[in-house]
Order: sequence, then C-alpha cells, then structure tokens
Amino acid sequence: MQLTGAQALIRSLEMEGVEVMFGLPGGAILPVYDPIIDSPIRHILVRHEQGAGHMAEGYAHATGRPGVAIVTSGPAATNIVTPLCDAYMDSIPMVVITGQVPSTAIGTDAFQECDTVGITRSVTKHNELVMNAQDLPRIVREAFHIATTGRPGPVLVDVPKDVAQATMDWYWPESVDLPGYRPTTKGHPRMIKEAARLILASRRPVIYAGGGILKARAAEALRELAELTDIHVVTTLMARGAFPDDHRLCLGMPGMHGSYTAVTAMQEADLLIALGSRFDDRVTGKVDAFAPDAKVIHVDIDPAEQGKVRKPDVPIVGDCRLVIEELVREIRALLDGGTEQADTSAWRSRVSGWRENYPLTYEPSREGDALKPQFVLEQLRDNTPSDTILVSGVGQHQMWSSQYWRFNEPYTWVNSGGLGTMGFSVPAAIGAKVGRPDRMVWAVDGDGCFQMTAQELVTASTERIPVKVAILNNAYLGMVRQWQEMFYDERYSEVYLSPDLPDYVKWAEAMGCVGLRVEAPEEVLPAIEKANEIDDRPVVIDFRTDAREKVFPMVPAGRSNDDIVLPPAQREGAER
Amino acid sequence: MTIPPGAHHTLSVLVENKAGVLARVASLFARRGYNIYSLAVAPTDDERFSRITIVIDVESAPLEQIVKQLFKLINVVKISELAPADSVERELMLVTARADGPTRGQVIELVQVFEGVIVDVGHDEITVMLSGVPTKLDDFEDLMRPYGIVQIQRTGRVALPRLDKSAPRLRAVGGKAG
Ligand SMILES: Cc1ncc(C[n+]2csc(CCOP(=O)(O)OP(=O)(O)O)c2C)c(N)n1
Repeated sequence: MQLTGAQALIRSLEMEGVEVMFGLPGGAILPVYDPIIDSPIRHILVRHEQGAGHMAEGYAHATGRPGVAIVTSGPAATNIVTPLCDAYMDSIPMVVITGQVPSTAIGTDAFQECDTVGITRSVTKHNELVMNAQDLPRIVREAFHIATTGRPGPVLVDVPKDVAQATMDWYWPESVDLPGYRPTTKGHPRMIKEAARLILASRRPVIYAGGGILKARAAEALRELAELTDIHVVTTLMARGAFPDDHRLCLGMPGMHGSYTAVTAMQEADLLIALGSRFDDRVTGKVDAFAPDAKVIHVDIDPAEQGKVRKPDVPIVGDCRLVIEELVREIRALLDGGTEQADTSAWRSRVSGWRENYPLTYEPSREGDALKPQFVLEQLRDNTPSDTILVSGVGQHQMWSSQYWRFNEPYTWVNSGGLGTMGFSVPAAIGAKVGRPDRMVWAVDGDGCFQMTAQELVTASTERIPVKVAILNNAYLGMVRQWQEMFYDERYSEVYLSPDLPDYVKWAEAMGCVGLRVEAPEEVLPAIEKANEIDDRPVVIDFRTDAREKVFPMVPAGRSNDDIVLPPAQREGAER
Repeated sequence: MTIPPGAHHTLSVLVENKAGVLARVASLFARRGYNIYSLAVAPTDDERFSRITIVIDVESAPLEQIVKQLFKLINVVKISELAPADSVERELMLVTARADGPTRGQVIELVQVFEGVIVDVGHDEITVMLSGVPTKLDDFEDLMRPYGIVQIQRTGRVALPRLDKSAPRLRAVGGKAG
C-alpha cells in the first residue's frame, strides 16, 4: 500500500496507540495536518507550543503513557524546547513531532528553518531528522520504544516537508533494532542479596523514594518492602504519592523545603535505600555533609546515576519494580531462614519524636489578617475527592502544595521538579485532565507562573476540558521575594507584580472560564465548593494571599541539611 | 599537544554509522564539561558502524561517569577503554617546515632519522609526513621548531588493543588418543 510520508506518520502514531496529541500547525508541518482530519486520534489545538509540550507531559504524568505533541518548524520548535528540557529532567515519556523545511532547503537559512535536532540534542533522550519517507514507521516505532523504556524521556522526530509529501510503501516494523540500546531491567542477584542483608542489619534505615518509583509502577512493591521491614519512607518532590502520606511509615518530602523529620531522619540514618531517586542537590543540600553516617543502596535503571553524586555501597542497576520485588523475596527468604532483623525500635521512637515535635505548621491568620496560602491548601485538600490530581507551578505555592496536600494515591501529583518551570501548571493540568477525564484536576498556581501560560485556558474552554485553577495571588514572585527577604536584607528587587493587574476574574471570563475572587478565610470553602460543581468549563479562583508568608522549613541553598531553618514558632529549643 | 603519560584515557567507541552521531558525542562532552584531547573517527570494516577514538583528560571528570553518560547515547554500541600499556596507539602528522639554504640538509637529515617521508617540496619549504606513537611526533615537532614550522596538522590518535602475547596453547593434533 502506497502512502504519503504524512499518512504513514499518522498511521504510525495510530499503531502506537496514540489517542490524543497536542499541537499547532504551520507551513512545514502542513502536509501532516491533512491526514489528521481522517484519523481517530484527537488533536487539541493549543495557543502556544510550550502549552502543547506541557500538556503532553501532564498527560504522561497522569496516565503513564507517552504524551505526544506536534508542531511546525522554526519558532514552533524553539517554543517547545522548554517542555523538552522539563521532560528530560523529570524522565517523562514524550514524543514530539516537529515540521522542518524541505530537505533540499536544509542548511540554506530558509524561512522558518532552524536546526531543531541540534538545538534539542542535549534536552532529549534521542532525536532524529527523517530524510526518507520510507524510514518513518521505523523511526516512529523506535521513538516510542526509546521514550517509554529504560529511563523514560522525551524523543523528538523532525520531519522535512518534502519527506511528508513523498510516497512510501507502508509497513509496520515488527520489532526494533537498536544495537546500542539495551536497558538493564533485572537487578544483579548478588547485589540484591547484599542489599537484603544490609537492610536487615541496619538500625537506622530510611527508604529514599524518588520519581523512578512512579515511572516503574513500583508503588505497590515499595509499600510491601516498607511494611515488611518497618522502614520509614521519604518521598521526594517527584515521588509524592508513590507512598501514601497517611501511612504510618511515611515521612513526607525531604530536601530544601522538606519536613524536619524527613530531612533529619536522612541526615542521621545509617542506611539510605535510594529507590529511583537521584541525589538531587535540592534533596542533599551540601553533598559532603549529606547523611554522613549512611551506607547507600542505590537502585536506578540508569547506570549513569550510580555514583554520579554519592558513591553507593550497593549499586543496583535495574527496573525499580522488578528490583524491589526481588529484594522483598530475598528478605523474606532470609527471615524464613532465621536471620533476624536488627532492632530498630530506638530509631523508630526517635523518628516519632521528631514527628510530634516538628510538624508542619504556620500561623493561622487572625481576624482581619490576609488569607494564608497554607489555609487555602488545607481547605482545598479537605474538600476535594481523595483521588484529585493536583498540578502545581513553581515557587512557594508549589512547596506548600507538596507539604500540605495528602497524597494517598500514585499519579495524583503533577509537577515540574528538575527544571522548575514556571508556567507548567495550567497546560500540564489540561493534559492531565485529558488523560484522566474521570478525575477532578486542580492546578495550584502562583500569580507569576499563571501569567506565563494562562492563555492555554482558551484551549481548555474551547475543548471543554474543565480544569480548575487556584491562583495563590500574593502579588509577588513569591519565592524570589522570600530569598530577597532572607538573604538580601529585604531589598526587594523586581519582584512586585501587583495583586489586581491583571484582573484575574475578568481575564478568566474573557477566556471562557468562570472567574471567582476570594479575599477572606470564610470565603474559601464556598468558592471551592462552587468550583467543584462546575463541570462544563474551566474555573479560576483568584485567592488573595498574604505576601509575607514564607515556606518553612528551609535548608538555605548550598548549606548542609543540618542547618535546616524551622518556622518561627518551632525555633526555640530545636535539637536533634 | 603533549600529554604526560598516564594523564589521559583512550576510549574506543563503536557507534552506529548515522548522520549526526559525532555531533552527539562531541556535544555530550561539551555539555558536561569534559575535555577532549584528541578525536579520530572513521567507518569500520562493517559499514553499519564507525569507530571513534577519543583521548580524554583524566582531570576533567571521572572516567566512569564519562563512559556511562556516553553509553546513554542511543547510537553508541560499545565502549572500550584502551589502557596505554595494553594498546597500540598511532598518529599521523603532516608538517610544512622551512628548509632553505644551509639548513635544508639538516632538516632532511632529521626527517630521515625519524623515518618521515617528504611528500612535497617547495622553493624554501618542504612538507613531511610522519606517523608513529604520539610522543615520537611530539619529539619531531620540538626538534623541527628551531628551523621554522610553517603549518602543522595532526590527525589525533587512533588505537587498538594489544594482542595476546601468551604462548598458544597446544592443540590436539591428529586422531583420537589411545
Ligand atoms: C521560567 C522560569 N523563570 C524564572 C524562574 C525563577 N523562579 C522560581 S520561583 C519564581 C517565582 C514564582 O512566583 P509565583 O508564580 O508568583 O509563585 P509564588 O512563589 O509567589 O508562589 C521564579 C521567578 C523559574 N523557575 N522559571
């Protein structure tokens, strides 16, 4: 059967089971847009290509399936570089198709030509310029294989216009042949034995769970390991939800704005069981001073993560789920064979002590005071279904979201961790809602972040994707303001945004959403309830919050986790 | 480009013979701040693959991390480290030097001592081709410099593992014993 390259491309996406893609057409990708009319794949027309990329990411976060974005050449391709880098840093499976000028014009600085493959080389797991229509099915098949296996990541396929127009003989490759790509999935049995012995022998162990748990669908296995051994679990920003917050063994988030208990337990541990986590500097603080007494078991599918930051005592390369399952089997065998687990009761009671003495707190607002952002989050948490998907932007509101929510299910937290991309939340929430239309999806955004990609709410209104957005409007680039307050003598350079310019309610309405404004604590719940009832269009709530509120605890950048700064009310008498 | 012995690692990297693979390798080094001393690339006997010989500075990053990052590239098929003691390394150099009047004889003599080949002769310059271990090329360069080097081009090194020198095991010859 003869097809055009464009038809073959769309056909290949169908073969990969793609149900939705996010994009915006233009000259170079025009031939590919033509067969989309006849395809069962749903296309969502975005207002900015950055939106398409983040939507694809949000979709992937919420469903575990690869997100797909399709855009034209030149400026469209450069607009999607940020989401590519974001997906690369957070190991999100994503396939991006870009149009390219005709292959005969490549290298001539033709209209809307840019070296897309060159620009995106260091922010993709792999990318490919297609020079022959006949290669398209193979390249698409490889792209999905690479994006979704091993350590997931974004793959870009750049398609010149003439290649899309050329004809080819349709085929679908039965298998992929990539001689240089063979991810290791099964852990080394000797290492697993060693890890099991170490786990049973340690007196102050902590499981340090990272985003890899979610990528590997290993939440169940993790729970089994934790319960079998009675070991506490910290869940990094990327792993929130991988272990239930309501579980007695859950310590919440570690790192710069982690809970005192999570940070301190890691610092004092004699064993860190790092599962799909990568020792990011926001977790470790000053690396040399991080968990000084701890031995490290490091499980990661990416061999390059082993020893990149901290040398592990037991490195295990493999798929988190398979390795944890093996580990559980091994530990069971040891226990059945009479090996006893070391006594961890003293450690567990110390951890409980910290938990009791240093809970997350903030000072509630008194009569007439400005609204506290943490209060808004608590109200939102307590008045939405427990399987609500929470998406956030980047800044103070992101940290409060992670701190104050209770994630009890995996894949309910959608976040930009590694890159920290402002403007992530609105489009990512749209993508998440498209992937999980059965779930309620709330985006918690900062006023600064919201202004970066709010226009995608036009997409949401048009496509009837009823996401809900809570802007924590503190009139500032709040996180930057916090650093200026704490580390730059309150010299507030270029961080003031204004609380009412733009008028968020009118803006929301202009974009086809329902807009609400909330200024006082007693208005919070009615507004949330109203928003929850609206299911035919997006809702935006402008919560006017206290600009002086800061995120605590905090480990100042570059400092040791021992130097954690507590909220004012807990500062007296803090000791470990 | 004199490298003190032991201060470098030589990696032999088998890659798929596809457009842009060299750029991927080079940009990985650039992005992660690793230093490349020398790099040589050419197709192998199997047209699907090329071999890249990369000489890297040990100071610039832990070798293990470089190798692992390199191996993450989809088109990289195999990486072997060639320890200098266990490999043969060669490099080719073309050098144009001043060789006029009284020095001409001395320059030609030097070329002969180093077993170089004069590949081009001008009025008062000659171009010499010299191959060998990189230190030999370094020495030649140093000795030529006083006469005046006009242009120089080195290829970067290529390398292969040394062959097994142990005595061949005796194989049974002839029919069955007994
Ligand atoms: C695209 C981008 N630009 C700049 C930054 C640096 N940055 C991190 S947080 C932040 C402030 C965010 O302000 P806002 O969205 O109002 O959230 P808040 O901290 O007030 O909750 C900035 C500017 C970033 N992370 N991303």
